[in-house]
Amino acid sequence: PNSFQTTFTPVSKDKNSQTAGHLAGGDTQSSNGPSGQFLARESIESPSKVLLMLVAGLSFSTRLYMITEPPHVCWDETHFGKMGSYYINRTFFFDVHPPLGKMLIGLAGYMSGYDGTFPFIKPGDKYENQNYWGMRGFCATLGSFLPIFAYLIVLELSNSCTAAIIAATLLIFDTGCITISQYILLDPILMFFIMAAVLSMVKFNQQRYRSFSASWWLWLVLTGINLAGALGVKFVGLFVIILVGLNTIWDLWRLLGDMSLSLVDIAKHFLARAFALILLPVILYVTIFAVHFVVLNKSGPGDGFFSSAFQSRLIGNNLHNASMPEYLAFGSTVTIKNLRIAGGYLHSHWHLYPEGVGARQQQVTAYLHKDYNNLWVVHRQQDNNSQSGNPDLVRHGDIVRLEHKETTRNLHSHLHEAPLTKKHFQVTGYGINGTGDANDLWQVEVCGGRKGDPVKVLRSKVRFLHRATGCVLYSSGKTLPKWGWEQIEVTCSPYLKETPSSQWNIEDHINPKLPNISLSVLKPNFLEILLESHIVMFRGNSGLKPKDNEMNSKPWHWPINYQGLRFSGVNATEYRVYLLGNPVVWWINLASLGLYLTMVAVASIATQRGFSLEHSLVLVRGGGLLMLGWLLHYAPFFTMGRILYFHHYFPAMLFSSMLTGLTLDILFRSADLLLHPPYSYWFQRAGQLLLLFSILYSFYLFHPLSYGMTGPLAHEPGSAMADLKWMDSWEF
Amino acid sequence: MLQLPLVVTAQVDLLLVLVSLLAFWTRLSHLNYPNAVVFDEVYYGQFVSLYMKRVFFIDDSGPPLGHMILASGAYLGGFDGNFVWNRIGAEYPSTVNVWSLRLLPALCGALCVPLVYLLTLELKFSHLSALGAAVLLLLENSLIVQSRFMLLESVLIFFVLLAFFSYLRFHNAPSSSWSRYSWLILSGVSCGAAVGVKYMGLFSYLLLLVVASLHTWKLIGDKTISHMNVCVQSVHRVLCLVVVPVLLYVFWFYVHLSFLNRSGPHDQLMSSAFQASLQGGLSRITRGQPLEVAYGSQVTLRSSVSQPIPCWLHSHKVNYPIRYDNGRGSSHQQQVTCYPFKDVNNWWIIKDPGRQQLVVDTPPRPVRHGDVIQLVHGMTSRFLNSHDVAAPMSPHTQEVSGYIDFNVSMPAQNLWRVDISNREAESEVWKTILSEVRLIHVNTSAVLKLSGVSLPDWGFRQLEVVADKLFKAHSSSLEWTVEEHRYGTSQEQKEREAELHSPTHIDVDRKISFWAKFVELQWKMLTVKQEESEHKYSSSPLEWITMETNIAYWLHSSTNAQIHLIGNPVSWGVANLSLLAYQLLAVVYLLRRRRGLKDVPDGVWDQFVCLGCVCVGGWLVNFVPFLLMDKTLFLYHYLPALCYLYLLSPALLEHAHTHLLSSVTHQRALCVGALAVLLSIFLTYRTFCPLTYGSPELSAHQLQGLKWRDTWDILYRRR
Repeated sequence: PNSFQTTFTPVSKDKNSQTAGHLAGGDTQSSNGPSGQFLARESIESPSKVLLMLVAGLSFSTRLYMITEPPHVCWDETHFGKMGSYYINRTFFFDVHPPLGKMLIGLAGYMSGYDGTFPFIKPGDKYENQNYWGMRGFCATLGSFLPIFAYLIVLELSNSCTAAIIAATLLIFDTGCITISQYILLDPILMFFIMAAVLSMVKFNQQRYRSFSASWWLWLVLTGINLAGALGVKFVGLFVIILVGLNTIWDLWRLLGDMSLSLVDIAKHFLARAFALILLPVILYVTIFAVHFVVLNKSGPGDGFFSSAFQSRLIGNNLHNASMPEYLAFGSTVTIKNLRIAGGYLHSHWHLYPEGVGARQQQVTAYLHKDYNNLWVVHRQQDNNSQSGNPDLVRHGDIVRLEHKETTRNLHSHLHEAPLTKKHFQVTGYGINGTGDANDLWQVEVCGGRKGDPVKVLRSKVRFLHRATGCVLYSSGKTLPKWGWEQIEVTCSPYLKETPSSQWNIEDHINPKLPNISLSVLKPNFLEILLESHIVMFRGNSGLKPKDNEMNSKPWHWPINYQGLRFSGVNATEYRVYLLGNPVVWWINLASLGLYLTMVAVASIATQRGFSLEHSLVLVRGGGLLMLGWLLHYAPFFTMGRILYFHHYFPAMLFSSMLTGLTLDILFRSADLLLHPPYSYWFQRAGQLLLLFSILYSFYLFHPLSYGMTGPLAHEPGSAMADLKWMDSWEF
Repeated sequence: MLQLPLVVTAQVDLLLVLVSLLAFWTRLSHLNYPNAVVFDEVYYGQFVSLYMKRVFFIDDSGPPLGHMILASGAYLGGFDGNFVWNRIGAEYPSTVNVWSLRLLPALCGALCVPLVYLLTLELKFSHLSALGAAVLLLLENSLIVQSRFMLLESVLIFFVLLAFFSYLRFHNAPSSSWSRYSWLILSGVSCGAAVGVKYMGLFSYLLLLVVASLHTWKLIGDKTISHMNVCVQSVHRVLCLVVVPVLLYVFWFYVHLSFLNRSGPHDQLMSSAFQASLQGGLSRITRGQPLEVAYGSQVTLRSSVSQPIPCWLHSHKVNYPIRYDNGRGSSHQQQVTCYPFKDVNNWWIIKDPGRQQLVVDTPPRPVRHGDVIQLVHGMTSRFLNSHDVAAPMSPHTQEVSGYIDFNVSMPAQNLWRVDISNREAESEVWKTILSEVRLIHVNTSAVLKLSGVSLPDWGFRQLEVVADKLFKAHSSSLEWTVEEHRYGTSQEQKEREAELHSPTHIDVDRKISFWAKFVELQWKMLTVKQEESEHKYSSSPLEWITMETNIAYWLHSSTNAQIHLIGNPVSWGVANLSLLAYQLLAVVYLLRRRRGLKDVPDGVWDQFVCLGCVCVGGWLVNFVPFLLMDKTLFLYHYLPALCYLYLLSPALLEHAHTHLLSSVTHQRALCVGALAVLLSIFLTYRTFCPLTYGSPELSAHQLQGLKWRDTWDILYRRR
């Protein structure tokens, strides 16, 4: 683009020498300065390449500096490091995030010689001789790409090196971005894919006059791949998918209005995008899960969250190549699992419902983990004695009494409201050692069966109808409060519609009097597993409710950098790392958001009244895209009921920083609206210098937040961080 | 000069008059039946009673205008507030004028029908469409039920419709006439009223703002108008549609606060300063207390946080157990807790560490920010103490105790520094009620804090108090205010106990400004979280569209006569169909226009877009937010959204009739179809009338016949 050359030459020249001058050594200035000036006379491409190298160098050096410190488990490394180890050990586990991020961590650990033996029990555990640097280094490497991507995106959107370098500088010298990149976390991986997707999308937009060329296809396919990557790491990736989706719709709308294109051409465009942005990511995403299920084939801590059929896949699970009596009989000890996905086992324990919640009898819940309190004994209506000889089979229509093995109470229901689902009846444990009343009787019904059909273990769907009230045993899926140990509510529903929530299967079946038969449980197909694991993940995610008395981070705290997160260390004697954004960077970002809105408002009103402004197109188009990205990655958190943390803001912060680069650059360059040259030129220079200086100086002040501090806390005397506690809510 | 003949020409739209009369008849006839508390009347009724008695209350469900409207109905009927609203179905005594209690919501509900008629006209559709919309609203059973009782939805819908009607009236009027600004002001006032009745009105208000900004945007783009004129017009719009509603909203609170000036059941939720501004209650206790806390003062310290309940710093003659259940040890010193009731054990004495005496000097020496004090428990004379022992329930914090010297090398650490956190707003001197104080432990720099956890049985289920080193700076659980206060005069323990048992006295009137009260009340309303639990008739938003759910409002105490919130199923079907049809049509139109194919002329297109903005937009803003809410929701929350759809249906039909169907036969078929639908709407209305009006009583068999959906809960009385 030749037209830009003259406009930007002085900017890029000066910027180049400036940044070089601020590199630690003074000698770089002398060597770099003249070359920068020399380069400036060439096309815009060359200085931007030099700047890119500079950004890359600074970015990698800030992220990889002191990467192995502290040599103990920090914050969520305890989860994600552990999960990386699970991949190396091929042990099945359950997590609320999709698997790609943890798989990559596991892979990085494997490649760097980590053997998966470190237990990652709690933050603060010393790594000793384990090879943890590989996993950290991998995350930091991905994190180092963020400023580079930001640079390229802003350059593409604004065609201004200054804007791009401002955005990159903000990210390079932000303590928050450095800290979050340096540890074994999902965030750097997620942000890498998000930024890569946005970059590919922006590059693809630039190819609009070269439809269906090789580079057009390349960027389109890359966008799709990165979208799959983002979603494969965390569901937050969905926001960038929406961003790309909106951009694509906008693009198609533009094409539709282009009367030079025939409908066939438009259909081609549409199909190409549908393939690369929908079909391809879906295939990749599914592949990630396929790899996940193939790799993790050993029984582990996540089994209980999944259905009986799913568990039979896992080596070491009691259902793997299980052998047990085939038909349910009286006198058997069983576990009963709800058929709703992640429905849990029918469970009871030595605790009563609290006062005010129905009758004060023993709690009956559904529990996701395997536990001896999940065991129930099937009895006839009356006798409690075990018969001699072959026990009778339980058949469709039989009346049974289910006795909890541990507490010998009977499964019982009555006309009291259930604790959470007020339309249903309460289910309790009642009676003891076989005594009870008529409310303890349940009729067994095999779904789709006829009277007299036996109940097949694992395969039959069974319903338990309460004799006295006619309701059906039901798992509502709601989590009980603290008194119920946050297990799942079990009720008796008067609505008799057949739903998985009211259907149960017999999972474990122990009856010494019956011969064990090897059961090849119906292997679930891949799509069923995929669907099931997603539902389990979503349940898990929405189950992460903030606890009482726990200070919860609120979304409005984030942009003002109100409060950080302790990554490591609490006391004065410990090595402390505190995740907190560089306040100068974050407050500049915050101010720029307001500034951007004002500038856009002024520019669009002026345009609407018929004036034309020089930069308004870049401001509205490029800035609009970034603003949308920021909104999409920030606003949804206000509606989320789950527990939120400060680090959820980082993807939005990336967009905000890019927007700052673009906004401030246009602001400086719009100085000529008010001032005459050369004053406007001086203003521009002074603004850029001031910005750069304040970012660098604040980084110098706050760098211990990322690279670790020891000694007294900031509010105590003698601290190295004294006077830096600008907000009372910061805890370093 | 009088000009003769004197002629008055009046045009009366007979259709409008007719539907209005029918609306009044359906909403107002037999208004005082049933003569019993129906559904949420039990909830709103208590506030009406409090209004009649001018007793202060907080209701987090909505701003005060709604309650005030209900209360004014009660006032007109001479209701004195003496009725116990305790259960649904309770009979009203003859002293309560039920008719007047229910009159205003019913009037608003009835007026919605002519408003819808006029609104359709303002959307530039024909009188026939207007009639259609009015009939749909007229024969909607759920709207009738919701209007006929002391509930707020009909009032809300009325104001929302009025706001849109008057705004469109303003927009459609020729720009030369100045009288149109009175419509704009009316629109702003209705918006303020709608938001003042229920927070839900905010959704429609925001939509109206969006529509108005779009219109203004067009105005700005109109280059035939001078810059000055554009400026003036824009400012007018901002004044009427933003400033007026905001001022009105504050005004409702002003009326609310100046009207309710007596203390009542919700006092405890408010700050001490707020409570002291109410008549009775705390102000009676604290009236005439000395203002400045001095050495030797006897005080009760209230925690500034009212979660889980408001409470006072407390101690009693029981020690912490030597070992807790989990095996951890304690100091075995005297318990210090937070106790939610007034008690003599809540009294503490401020002592100067350098002196022995516990009485106030003359003149009193006030305590200032930064001073170091000791706190002596009035009844047991133990010093408030903290040390490096884990607290009973929150082991990451320090235990706070009343110090007992067991001679086990555990020295007393009983010095506390006074840190007045609002000293900039108030003063450096510690003041009763006004100052918010943090007590910082001198030895460990931990802060005295209410952890909010209940102690087990050994602590009598009182709340745990701890000292926390790692505190969040702006947590009100760290702050304490002096509530009751007097200058101690007795040095002897026995005399002091007697003094503590006697009530406080004396006399000053403290006022806080309206703004401070407004901000506090508004903040409390938005943050007070009531225990959310599922209600028997609560439902999820997705069930509303297909009306999978109903609400039983009332059941006769002995017979099967009952009232349910059930909509007219045919009308709901029509509404859903038209919503779908509009969206399909809009997509087809848009795509074809983009390719340069204009199916309808530009004027009609504008009309079509405006219809969509108001009706589909109105449905969206009144429905989608509920999908994201964590609250207990009911079917009646859907009624405002439904009204927008009823506006949409006939207008869309007219559009199809005039612009989509070209052949006369098709047009006739459409008319016949519409008539058939109207007829069936009328018939279903008639069918559900017994559940709408509660009479006549139906047999169990007939009720069974009315259960059109399995998921509806209809009640049968077993004979």
